[in-house]
Amino acid sequence: MELVKPSIGLIFWMVVSFSIILFLLKKFAWKPILGMIKEREQSIENALASAEKAKEEMKLLQSSNERILAEARSERDAMLKEAREIREKMIADSKGIASKEGERLLASARENIQNEKNAAITELKNQVAALSIEIAEKILKSELSSDEKQKTLVSTLLKDVNLN
Amino acid sequence: MTNKINIFKPFLFIVALLFSANTAWAYDPSVADTNKTAPAETPAPVQKQETKGFDAGKMIMEHVSDNHSWHLFGHYSISLPVILKTDKGIEVFSSSRFGHEGEEKAEGKYYAYELKEGSVVVVDEVSDTVDEAATASLTDLSITKNVASMFITMLLMLWVFISVAKAYKRNPGKAPKGLQSFVEPLIMFVRDDVAKPSIGEKRYERFMPFLLTVFFFVLFSNYMGLVPFFPGGVNLTGSISIAMVLAAFTLVITFFVANKHYWLHVIAMPGVPIPVLLILTPIEILGLFLRPFVLMIRLFANITAGHIIALAFFSLIFIFGEMNTGLGLGVSLFSLVFTVFMGFLELLVAFLQAYVFTLLSAIYFGSAVDEGHDVHNHADDHLPERTTN
Repeated sequence: MELVKPSIGLIFWMVVSFSIILFLLKKFAWKPILGMIKEREQSIENALASAEKAKEEMKLLQSSNERILAEARSERDAMLKEAREIREKMIADSKGIASKEGERLLASARENIQNEKNAAITELKNQVAALSIEIAEKILKSELSSDEKQKTLVSTLLKDVNLN
Repeated sequence: MTNKINIFKPFLFIVALLFSANTAWAYDPSVADTNKTAPAETPAPVQKQETKGFDAGKMIMEHVSDNHSWHLFGHYSISLPVILKTDKGIEVFSSSRFGHEGEEKAEGKYYAYELKEGSVVVVDEVSDTVDEAATASLTDLSITKNVASMFITMLLMLWVFISVAKAYKRNPGKAPKGLQSFVEPLIMFVRDDVAKPSIGEKRYERFMPFLLTVFFFVLFSNYMGLVPFFPGGVNLTGSISIAMVLAAFTLVITFFVANKHYWLHVIAMPGVPIPVLLILTPIEILGLFLRPFVLMIRLFANITAGHIIALAFFSLIFIFGEMNTGLGLGVSLFSLVFTVFMGFLELLVAFLQAYVFTLLSAIYFGSAVDEGHDVHNHADDHLPERTTN
């Protein structure tokens, strides 16, 4: 059968031209094409990788931002709390001081009053004593102004003594 | 991927078998005819045959087989150079000397030649009989229809791929444009779906030029064969010589790159007892040659079958038209529908055959360069790579 009989001419031309085309295409087509495709793939891969890296960095940055923010917030809270405590303490302290001062003032006032009172009482006593001495002197003077009176006095006094 | 092939292989085989049976059926009558007519005086029986009516087998065979001139349409054909190496020297003349139908005697420098069943024979100028001795020493290196078509395909390939390569150089790192974007997916397909999974990520690169060239040569010639007018319509990849050369290239490259591991597995499979080796080794050695042989047959049978079936459907029109014009018109409708359907199928087959040829070549290369990490399970070496793709 002619159909399945290989023909020498065709085989010869095919071997020759296929070798030539294989060589030519390898040199002028496949090498540059495959090289360029590979290069492009690599550049795309690199771009993707760097994008991924940037994303990662962004994420890192974001998390660190958040951390800093959280730190600041907690610091602020602490500061506020401290301030509140200080204020309360100050108020409490000043309240204590004031009451103590008041008490002290009261006490000293009371003491003063007492002293004044004592002094007044003493003076009153002195004056009463002086007054009574003066009265007694005047009474004595009037009593002893006449002889008769003196004689009566002596007799009463003597009477008392006799009784003893 | 491997599963797909396993499904396809038997399918293709059955298709090929069906069509080759078809071939025999279509061809045999014409063989019988020419055999009968050849020994007698040539011109008269041919005339008689033509008046006898339309011979589908002869027409189809003329279309699918090689020819010394390129028939275009009607009475027009392109004459091609006939190159003959005889025992006296090289002869070059135009195929027009054989006449339009190839029925005339061509007078050369050294001998007179005639076409007999498509091949050139030396005839004795005086007695007009075939000179067997001179014919035996004759080597026909003519630029036949297939050779011319092959040159056209190759020039087309050179033009396409060199201009694509230039386009890559012109705008490096950019997205492909025009022809480039048409070709790139195919190149990527060969690289990522054929070469890488079959040969392996590390070693595939040195096989890429051959695989790409084979893939595109088969693809381009298959598609050119589907174009019904010049410069297409030639059954190039369906010619056994072309398929044979392509398969031989695969075989030779496999032998060249094959490593110690591969030869060891062929000659003495490790871990197999010697009595079994006595049977296994011849089978393995036979297998070395059987694989490219199957490559050749598959390509040849599929493409030829496609051409034959398309032509057979058209022949039906003329066969029925000879009986009755109306019948011929009726059948033409049916033929047209079926030819369109077959045309679409052939578009698929054309790509599929290019793919299968390249894939199987790649698998053979892969097995030849495989280092075989696991002696007991070397078939699974590339499995993880394949499943990832």
